[in-house]
Amino acid sequence: MATAEATRQSRRRAILGRLAIPLLAIFTALVVASLAMVVSGTDPIKAYLALGEGAFGSQVARVETLIKATPFLLAGLGIALAFRGGLFNIGVEGQLFVGSAVTVFIGFSVELPAVIHIPLALLGGMIGGAVWAAIPGYLKARNGAHEVITTIMFNFIALRIISWTIGVDGPLRAPRTVAPETPAVFESARLPILIPDSRLHAGVIIAVFAAFVVYWLLWRTVAGFELRTVGANPSAARYAGINVEFNIVRTMALSGALAGLGGGIQVLGLAPYNFTTGFNVGLGFDSIAVAVLGSIHPFGVALAALLFGAMDAGARLMQLRTKVPIDIVTIVQGLILAFVAADQIIRRLYRIRAETEEGPVNLSELWGGES
Amino acid sequence: MSEPVLRLVGISKRFPGVLANDQVDFELAPGEIHALLGENGAGKTTLMNVVYGLYEQDEGQIFINGEEVEIHDPNDALARGIGMVHQHFMLVPVMTVTENMMLGHETTHGPRLGPLSDLDQERVAEEIKALGVQHGLPIDPEAYVQDLSVGEQQRVEIVKALYRGAEVLILDEPTAVLTPQEAEDLFAVMRSLIAEGKSIIFITHKLKEVLAIADRITVLRDGKVVGTAEPAQTSEEELATMMVGREVILQVEKGPAEPGEAVLEVQNLNVQNLREQSVVRGVSFSVRAGEILGIAGVQGNGQAELVEALTGLAPVEGGHVFMNGQETTHLRPRAITEMGVAHVPEDRHRHGLVLTYPLDENLVLQTYYLPPFAKRSFLQPKEVRENAKRLIQEYDIRTPSIGTHASSLSGGNQQKVIVARELSRDIRLLIANQPTRGLDVGSIEFIHTRIIEERDEGVGVLLVSSELDEILSLSDRIAVLYAGEILAVMPAREATKERLGLLMAGVREAPNSIAAD
Ligand SMILES: Nc1ncnc2c1ncn2[C@@H]1O[C@H](COP(=O)(O)OP(=O)(O)OP(=O)(O)O)[C@@H](O)[C@H]1O
Ligand SMILES: [Mg+2]
Repeated sequence: MATAEATRQSRRRAILGRLAIPLLAIFTALVVASLAMVVSGTDPIKAYLALGEGAFGSQVARVETLIKATPFLLAGLGIALAFRGGLFNIGVEGQLFVGSAVTVFIGFSVELPAVIHIPLALLGGMIGGAVWAAIPGYLKARNGAHEVITTIMFNFIALRIISWTIGVDGPLRAPRTVAPETPAVFESARLPILIPDSRLHAGVIIAVFAAFVVYWLLWRTVAGFELRTVGANPSAARYAGINVEFNIVRTMALSGALAGLGGGIQVLGLAPYNFTTGFNVGLGFDSIAVAVLGSIHPFGVALAALLFGAMDAGARLMQLRTKVPIDIVTIVQGLILAFVAADQIIRRLYRIRAETEEGPVNLSELWGGES
Repeated sequence: MSEPVLRLVGISKRFPGVLANDQVDFELAPGEIHALLGENGAGKTTLMNVVYGLYEQDEGQIFINGEEVEIHDPNDALARGIGMVHQHFMLVPVMTVTENMMLGHETTHGPRLGPLSDLDQERVAEEIKALGVQHGLPIDPEAYVQDLSVGEQQRVEIVKALYRGAEVLILDEPTAVLTPQEAEDLFAVMRSLIAEGKSIIFITHKLKEVLAIADRITVLRDGKVVGTAEPAQTSEEELATMMVGREVILQVEKGPAEPGEAVLEVQNLNVQNLREQSVVRGVSFSVRAGEILGIAGVQGNGQAELVEALTGLAPVEGGHVFMNGQETTHLRPRAITEMGVAHVPEDRHRHGLVLTYPLDENLVLQTYYLPPFAKRSFLQPKEVRENAKRLIQEYDIRTPSIGTHASSLSGGNQQKVIVARELSRDIRLLIANQPTRGLDVGSIEFIHTRIIEERDEGVGVLLVSSELDEILSLSDRIAVLYAGEILAVMPAREATKERLGLLMAGVREAPNSIAAD
């Protein structure tokens, strides 16, 4: 019967089961990528050592890793949250953009005391991202338009609108510049630096804090219960009296707010404290891999974000030392996503039987999911 | 005796916290119907899943026709002539019947182009129809599975196993979803299969059926074989005692009803299904506090849609619904629940449970936002767990822990979770659609007693069941639903199986014989 020991035992097994696939996926991706290196005549061990050193070998390296991990974490949390709610938010890229744009606008257009200015600018970014995500959410709730399609379209729309605002004579365009960019935000809007003379800004703390908030939201609040129930079984959610349509919009808005916060932190935390169209391109898509690798669990996402941040940070040293192009990192990241998503490959390879209670993220399921 | 087609020796299967099968020995003779009995959670489904290759046993051997075999997945099982119809069906809802049949067994015609070959849907559809006719299992090969009733889906499952050439057919609680007539038809099918030399393992909780059709009976309890019996030498009572380990009252006691005010009033209700066909047509009835109104009818005559419309899950096309005197026709499910309505849904996997949730969360599915389970928008996990502990105890839900996911419970225990949740709330109206489907005799006794207790405390009960015995033993009044219409409403004492049977088949009574409501 119900014993605490049995609970503990099954929980331990569940956690182990959840870690096994991501870890094996990372390992396999590294092995496959090393084959590519061997073929092109470099020593993969040397390359990976350089990658590790570039990511963790010095204080500068570690700071760089954390800075790079920060937006991955926030955007990854946004995607994970949407996944939990049964939604595939591919629009994080656009939501990041909108968040950055709104934050930067608040950052350069007024000058306020920092204690007000920073939160206000970030809040603006969150609202921007939330609105940008809520519209596809509404279209899904109202008309059943699939969020994968609409959020992709909204990425393009965001990109175009923002290119216009910072293009020639655009309303956000910095005066007297050659490149399309906004003015830098005021000092009062810039995130404090945590370690003097480094680039480590307070955004890292905000992101880690956000992971706890998301965890707490999902499993400790009424809203989180509703979000998860709609994601796990929309019919049962309706039966339980949950307003499924409202929840779809709310989940998208929360997801977009996290992405918007990520975008805002990038402009307030890193020099040159302004925004250009080339800003963080692709981050929103890489974060899908982060969310999936992190088993769409906030703490898993944090670990995955750290890994992706480390790879990005270490890539340059690897290239300098071994002539392996930086792109190999992208390949590894892509392979990781492929192996985690197509977990059957990993299961076959390492003979893991699927008898754990909670299945991994099933990307294809979200396509067929009932609205 | 001749060589058994299937022999299991010392099969054990462990799950975290439970030993689901414990050194089970089992034999199936050719041409035999071997019934497998046991309480909810006794390990019947697990044992069969081992045979069908869904689980790998921790210990023990499997012999087919005397030869030891290893079965790693259902394809291995099918290749060795073992087919299984699951307790919870395994069809792909968005595919047609034909496409489901062809899954993993694609029949092609024209040039052989590997994966690009042309699927021979027509031929398979013909074969399905022919198999259906041959065995009395009519199905429409072009229908989408999601549009089929539970009973129809089961027919598809059986035909699918036959289509794959099963010699040993495992039927896991096939009659749980059938009416007596449909069950009779199934028995005819089973007999014709036996006559062809096939063998059947038949799992059920209905002791009458076991006595009627089985050649041999094996009883499991707590994962162990407690005995084997022959129908001629045993009785329902003896089997029940063997299963549960104590005596079971097969027919619950109930005093006369003391009906009060109407808690549910349905006027001229019309409901359409997803294909916009009228499936509930001009239905009127009322349920008073302290009485049980049973809705009898063959599955698929509008019961599901009626219940969904009453509980706010499906839109009402026309007519009115009043609960406790207040109109609820177009209210959302939450508003209806908050009026004190409990709903035991027909499909426990679709509506009743979130399978990926632990038990404790499933037990607060409608009340998670109310004190004591939530305080100012914050969940109170401790209270949620306490609630689960209490209900698990009270309803004897067999689970290794409160953190176990609903998907890992046996079918009957899943049903108990739902009934426990619904009856534990403070309610005035209980709408129960097949409340004891898949439960063992001991649990049915318990749930029936609980429903009558609710009635005696003044709850109005709308009981929808295709189980005539259940309708007859619980109801105070009985309405018969046929093709979306109520053909008759009668006091329970005027109801006989024969009379209900005729009405359920759509035979209308002469107007003067319809008893006044
Ligand atoms: N996948 C699983 N993971 C963990 N435990 C399981 C799993 N499947 C079954 N169990 C446990 O094994 C035991 C036996 O379950 P099983 O489904 O075989 O019972 P059953 O005899 O078929 O019952 P019912 O009559 O209710 O269908 C139960 O305690 C159940 O909780
Ligand atoms: Mg079972």
